[in-house]
Amino acid sequence: MIDWATLILTFKLAFITTFSLLFLGIPIAYALAFTKSRFKPIIETLVSMPLVLPPTVLGFYFLIAFSPSNTFGQWLNEWFGLNLVFTFTGLVVASIIYSLPFMVQPLQSGFSALSPTLSEASYTMGKSKLSTLRHVLLPNIKPAILTGIVLSFAHTIGEFGVVLMIGGNMPNQTKVASIAVYEEVEALNYSAANAYSFILFSITFTILLTVYLVNGGYLKRFIQ
Amino acid sequence: MIEIDIIKTLKSPESKLILNLKMEVKKGQFITLYGDSGAGKTSTLRIISGLIKADSGTIKVNKETLFNSLNKINVSPQKRNIAYLFQDYALFPNMTVKQNLEYALTKKQSTVVLEELIEMMEISEFLNRKPDTLSGGQKQRVALARALVPLPEILLLDEPLSALDNKMRIKLQDFILNLHKKYNLTTIMVSHDVGEIIKLSDRVYQLKNGEINKQGSPAEFFGMSNSSAKFRFTGEILSIYNDNIISIITVLIGKDVVKVVSDKMEAIDFRVGDKVFVASKAFNPYIQKITPF
Repeated sequence: MIDWATLILTFKLAFITTFSLLFLGIPIAYALAFTKSRFKPIIETLVSMPLVLPPTVLGFYFLIAFSPSNTFGQWLNEWFGLNLVFTFTGLVVASIIYSLPFMVQPLQSGFSALSPTLSEASYTMGKSKLSTLRHVLLPNIKPAILTGIVLSFAHTIGEFGVVLMIGGNMPNQTKVASIAVYEEVEALNYSAANAYSFILFSITFTILLTVYLVNGGYLKRFIQ
Repeated sequence: MIEIDIIKTLKSPESKLILNLKMEVKKGQFITLYGDSGAGKTSTLRIISGLIKADSGTIKVNKETLFNSLNKINVSPQKRNIAYLFQDYALFPNMTVKQNLEYALTKKQSTVVLEELIEMMEISEFLNRKPDTLSGGQKQRVALARALVPLPEILLLDEPLSALDNKMRIKLQDFILNLHKKYNLTTIMVSHDVGEIIKLSDRVYQLKNGEINKQGSPAEFFGMSNSSAKFRFTGEILSIYNDNIISIITVLIGKDVVKVVSDKMEAIDFRVGDKVFVASKAFNPYIQKITPF
């Protein structure tokens, strides 16, 4: 009834996207939290665009940009041998951009909420910015990191418009669960649609519940 | 020796202040910056430590240039060997007290200094606790110890004791003085507490609107040298009791509470909480060694 490959593909996409976003999100959030540059609002706007832009618009522009018949797509293909249209790699790239605000915003507010004297104290002890980030800043924004990871993961699982535009609907390549639901409904195959939907619903519920329990300190109260 | 000659425009949402400072601090001196809030005291410490950059001028420590706007020299705070004690302690919440201290060790530094500071600051009991679980006085002792782990030449103290109760203040004043002497530090403190300033510092600079408008030894600065009194203590008025013709004023001097009789008219300006001198000249005090019974 349900195709497990579709679900596995969905989670594979979410894992790779979240993992890449963590490494991309930390430097961006750090820069945005501490910069005094005039360009900060522009960068913040660009990072947040996927929050408000219809996913189909984003997907449409990816499709145009990555298309091998256009300059950028052609360049990617010739120099890196990358074809980002209707491929899993393309899906990963699009998902990273689409979920970027869900990683960057929690991290940025985490950094901003820390007292600036923490990093200043570390600097006056002779510690570099990188060392301060690793040993002082990141360990003190663990809840924000967890929130960023979980939101990015859940958001990637839930994406639909972008995937449809750039990924198409190719089994084992770009057919993810949210699209499978749509396809089964189109085919009036409600029980299969329900199976996919129920799995997505349960997993996202569990993930979000875990975050609220951990960040709210509820688990600690039970353990101690 | 620290030589400072800088100009910095400080902008805040409410106001603009031009900090124009010229001062020299001799090696081993303990000086205090005194003045109203917003006069530029904390900014002065931040400029010396390199956390903010002056617009123009020079800063030298022992003839070594830390900042020179003409030659575009600006040594980073990491390389200045200046310790800074923040008003909010700035202890790292993710580390235990011990880890906080160890973090401050420089590469290849021996841990002997850690043990020495732990003993001196009496913090061995709570080495494995996180900063959140400590009292204000304990946090400040840890912060002081941590600031001195890299063995700095200069110690900057930003209102170090303002959040503590009186008893803890007096204890920590002694700690600070011991550290200053033992590690041969040059110390610059921001403080409002007259008693503290007199007890700790060799020289006081008053900042007003970004400039030094008055300086001197604490005795000169607070006008104590005007009287030729033989006994002179500073304290804080705890209570004032008005009788028919006299006032009985209770003053806290150090740890001791004393009662002083004053003319009612003289006491008319006194308020509870005022800092006062208690001085006496025309009597011979009785002095005796304290022997246990």
